[in-house]
Amino acid sequence: MLTDLFPNVQMDEMWTATYETLYMTIISVIGTLILGILLGLLLFLTEKGNLWQNKLLNGVTATVVNVFRAIPFIILILLLFPFTDFLMGTIRGPKAALPALIIGAAPFYARLVEIAFKEVDKGVIEAAKSMGAKTRTIIFKVLLPESMPALISGITVTAIALISYTAMAGVIGAGGLGDLAYLKGFQRRDIDVVVACTIFIVVIVFIFQFIGDFLSKTLDKR
Amino acid sequence: MISIKGLSKVFKTKHQEVKAVDDVSINIDKGEIFGVIGYSGAGKSTFIRLINRLEEPTNGDVTINQTNITSLNIGKLRKERQKIGMIFQHFNLLWSRTVFENIAFPLEIAGVSKSERKEKVSELIELVGLKGRENSYPSQLSGGQKQRVGIARALANDPDVLLCDEATSALDPETTDDILDLLVSINKKLNLTIIMITHEMHVIQKICHRVAVMDQGKVVEQGDVLDVFVKPQSKTAKRFVQQLSPLEHNQEGLHRFVTNDSNSEVVKLHFIGNDAKRALISDVLRKYVVDINILQGSISPTQEGAYGTLYVEISGDQKVITETINYIQSSGVEVEVIQDVD
Ligand SMILES: Nc1ncnc2c1ncn2[C@@H]1O[C@H](COP(=O)(O)OP(=O)(O)OP(=O)(O)O)[C@@H](O)[C@H]1O
Ligand SMILES: [Mg+2]
Repeated sequence: MLTDLFPNVQMDEMWTATYETLYMTIISVIGTLILGILLGLLLFLTEKGNLWQNKLLNGVTATVVNVFRAIPFIILILLLFPFTDFLMGTIRGPKAALPALIIGAAPFYARLVEIAFKEVDKGVIEAAKSMGAKTRTIIFKVLLPESMPALISGITVTAIALISYTAMAGVIGAGGLGDLAYLKGFQRRDIDVVVACTIFIVVIVFIFQFIGDFLSKTLDKR
Repeated sequence: MISIKGLSKVFKTKHQEVKAVDDVSINIDKGEIFGVIGYSGAGKSTFIRLINRLEEPTNGDVTINQTNITSLNIGKLRKERQKIGMIFQHFNLLWSRTVFENIAFPLEIAGVSKSERKEKVSELIELVGLKGRENSYPSQLSGGQKQRVGIARALANDPDVLLCDEATSALDPETTDDILDLLVSINKKLNLTIIMITHEMHVIQKICHRVAVMDQGKVVEQGDVLDVFVKPQSKTAKRFVQQLSPLEHNQEGLHRFVTNDSNSEVVKLHFIGNDAKRALISDVLRKYVVDINILQGSISPTQEGAYGTLYVEISGDQKVITETINYIQSSGVEVEVIQDVD
């Protein structure tokens, strides 16, 4: 029955592609999480009236974030070819997609992180200061835990964007479900492969969304 | 114990300069509950935030236990802040932490070991009456309970001073009284110095020993609560006292008793401290041949004893009235003869 509907779909190919997509997504989500939170923190802390208030640093960070957010992902991949080659030693395969994925998504996530930090009650930060907390303590014990649900729903949105980025990266040979759909499906006119890849991607997106919603809800004690 | 000298804070904005705190000097003794009262915008919050330098002073010094807070570097200031507890109008608890974890937070900051934290937090939970709620989140507590957590948290590192900025302003009258009672009991038990910011005179009346009245950044009056209540000097203080017991200051109803008849006088008697407990009227009636007609009166308890006001009409022979008034005065009760104003 399934083989009738999807005559050209080979399951081992599908699983390999799924693995590659998950690999690219998970590693790039981790990278985005780290880089995005660092950038978001920098944006937040250097803002006027905050702990490291610094107009210049804030301006520079904001500009970098805005510029990278403005570049369409497909062009970013092309722009980053030399950098990727240097960093990863190759411009093909799932690994090669990672720098572009992370650099493409981190600025977006950084803005969400900044918003999440801004939502943290100023009074609570002040209470921590009044207890003699160091900046490090305020970051790790106040800012991060108090904004955790927003940070998680932010990374969920970003992860889903990243899944579609991996599909785009597939087109230039990064592997994964996007690559499979394009090479084996589109170019050979095997539409069933395209449909199967779509179904797999949608399922992955749903799973990420579910996990994200669940975590964010469980952690929210407000 | 706390000495504040010439403390000022100027906020510079694009269009103007605001003197939020203007040359304030106050000395506060150990174990004292010191109130600061003023209307909105008087600079009370700014003042209290200058004490632990959440706001940097433009001028002046704050000395706590011989340590000049204003000259400390940031590292030393942080250490010193551990000894200055603070509670807030909106509690400012971490919603992501349970009651237990919120109270443990300042101990974590101070680097107290886990087992000691546990012991100390249990002690504090007992002290503020939250036993059984250790694992609740702030969102599951009432306002009064949240403030109890705030108080426990502020006391965690055994501070010398507790700063309270409008600590009861978000609570209903009943809960306010509970929290004030708790503060008084902590003040007595731990001999803790408390600085209490408020815009409600009854908070001052209920728990403070001394009070400073602030208006437009300046302290316009300060002294024992009882003195300020009985004889407010500044306009602001008068308005606050009046707001507390409008009846006492409403003399309109008295006018029909105030006449030019020299055989009858309306007088206002001030009882302060222990005088309020004496049976003065029967004493007077036993000694002098006068009639006393009680017009209106009230009694207000404060931390330093009660004070009361009584309006009476004394009628009789003019000479005897004068003697009576002199007698009342000599017994330590203040007398004010009400003249017809119009
Ligand atoms: N960060 C700031 N920048 C500029 N002006 C400020 C700042 N903080 C306070 N002010 C000004 O200082 C004055 C005193 O403010 P403050 O908050 O100390 O008053 P308050 O007595 O606590 O009033 P409330 O009872 O409403 O809390 C106000 O005029 C206020 O506008
Ligand atoms: Mg205020």
